[in-house]
Amino acid sequence: MSQAIEKAREYLKPHKKLPTVWCSGCGLGIVTSAFLRTMAKLDIPKDDVAVISGIGCTGRLPTYVDFNTLHTTHGRALAFATGVKLANPALTVVTVMGDGDALAIGGNHFIHACRRNIRMCAIVVNNSIYGMTGGQYSPTTPHGKRGTTAPYGNVEHEFDVAALAAGAGATFVARTSVYHAREIETILERAIKHDGFSVVEVVANCYTSYGRLNKFASPVEMLKWMKDNSVTVQAAASLPPEELKGKFTRGVLVEKHLPEFITVYDELAARLKQGSAA
Amino acid sequence: MAQDKCATVEVLQGNEASAEGALAAGVNFFGGYPITPSSEIAEIMARRLPLSGGRFIQMEDEIASIAAIIGASLAGGIAMTATSGPGFSLMMENLGFACIAEVPCVIVNVQRAGPSTGLPTQPAQMDVQQTRWGTHGDHSIIALAPASVVECYEMTIDCVNLAEKYRNPTVLLMDEVLGHMRENVSLPAKGTSRLVPRAKPPAGLSDYRPFQSDERSVSPLAPFGGSYRYHVTGLTHDEHGFPTMVPEEVDRNVRGIVNKIEAHADALASYEEFMLDDADVLLVAYGSTARVAKSSVRALRSRGVRAGLLRVKTIWPFSRKRLSELAPRMRTVVVPEMNLGQYVLEVERAVGGAAPVVPQGRVDGHLFEPDEITEFVAGEAQR
Repeated sequence: MSQAIEKAREYLKPHKKLPTVWCSGCGLGIVTSAFLRTMAKLDIPKDDVAVISGIGCTGRLPTYVDFNTLHTTHGRALAFATGVKLANPALTVVTVMGDGDALAIGGNHFIHACRRNIRMCAIVVNNSIYGMTGGQYSPTTPHGKRGTTAPYGNVEHEFDVAALAAGAGATFVARTSVYHAREIETILERAIKHDGFSVVEVVANCYTSYGRLNKFASPVEMLKWMKDNSVTVQAAASLPPEELKGKFTRGVLVEKHLPEFITVYDELAARLKQGSAA
Repeated sequence: MAQDKCATVEVLQGNEASAEGALAAGVNFFGGYPITPSSEIAEIMARRLPLSGGRFIQMEDEIASIAAIIGASLAGGIAMTATSGPGFSLMMENLGFACIAEVPCVIVNVQRAGPSTGLPTQPAQMDVQQTRWGTHGDHSIIALAPASVVECYEMTIDCVNLAEKYRNPTVLLMDEVLGHMRENVSLPAKGTSRLVPRAKPPAGLSDYRPFQSDERSVSPLAPFGGSYRYHVTGLTHDEHGFPTMVPEEVDRNVRGIVNKIEAHADALASYEEFMLDDADVLLVAYGSTARVAKSSVRALRSRGVRAGLLRVKTIWPFSRKRLSELAPRMRTVVVPEMNLGQYVLEVERAVGGAAPVVPQGRVDGHLFEPDEITEFVAGEAQR
């Protein structure tokens, strides 16, 4: 076992909570281990990290990791996280949400968090389905694909998570997939270090619900699909649009600087105090 | 404001007094969303918090506002929000989260007439039962009802203290009349209010259990970013905070969060008693309505009716004790309120048939007139 994995193991909660609630073949294990390897590499004291989630399969991730962990209500992770970060800016705050959690019931909180630019990282694990409730279609279920509430194929059109985040003003936006586990680490590291609000979309597989309803033979087939149907940002730049059809781009899509909320707020407060003292 | 050693006298409205009370109580985080008739509280907090080392944020809605204050409280802040009817409805989801996760926070609800958008600029007392039962599932709540501007100040401080002491959300149940009414207020000198700091666990515990609260004690709460890492969830959980479906642990969790408050209902109860010594006609009222009821008691006395007023200050938890003591000598008990009979249901249960209990409701967006209550009670007293 590699040193990185050994070190990551130290970041699992020490008692009681394994095995996870996730099905075999689920992509969330890959996300969790990539996240823990990233945290091990960043070497931030565990006491100084808060991991915050909403409801759903992804919402269970904080249960297993050895930080200050907060499993909130459905869709509200970013709103809780906003309070945590503003009350104690020294905390490194990471939220983990599924696609339904972040973009349907939590869609309003998501766009406003993107706009505010508070230094936090939002991981959106996008498996295109409501897994925990049994496979209903989500805001990222592709048009025409099946869910238990889209038995004849999805009539609606899906969100492009990264484009939504970028459009709402997020200052760091990236996308990768659970097939590209090492890439999750390098992207997460940059996202957590980013001085502003960062969004990392991780395309993931829910074989139990999405896979079986949409004729994937196995979880491995779903991972292969990610490998075969994704293109790096660099490669995509030189490809004609027709070759990108049906594929998703991976890598850092947006990275820019805008004044961070707490930095601006505290500078303002300092100026006000000076003014009132004078 | 209130910087001198001695008390200062000012003309304040209830919303301003509540904000001043929050600052005096050490509130250092406010997350809110604009809504009539409570918006002045957010405006004052936005102006003042950066000066006192706190932080204010205007969230995208009331769901996010209460979520933010719960998050801030877990990270060690003293956190408050303020809203009114429609916003209070949106807060019900996370109010329940704060109850089961035992996170101290304060919600000011400046009640307006409902349901739905109702009458945004007019008073009501229609959220009394929603405050108790609005969020799903068994839980308990602490709610205080001021009846004057100075009480808006004092009871906001009480709400902060009780939230911290009981590790529970507390609600200040104001109404539009109180929120916008101006009175002379003598504010205590800065730093003289009695504050109850949050109990924190001692350092160095090998097995910190943040969720052991029951009728005997409330578990101390370690802030995120301290030396204890633990899990907080809205799922039913064990003493460490991990989700559980073990029947004994589930039962202990639910009874714990209810009994830590309900077992102390009599101790938490607070009233103003007015002309009760020889009364045989009892008025039970709270908030703005109680001010009117008080003048009705005087009017009834001048007409020879031996009326008295029990003004309830601690709306929730409900204590039966004082009412069941008073009820046997009453010819009638009248409960005027700006709704169609909410708190009267509790009064009825406490009186337990010892006297007739009669509701008097007003729901047209206006405060009772003194004569209205006087005539109604006089009529009931003659039956």
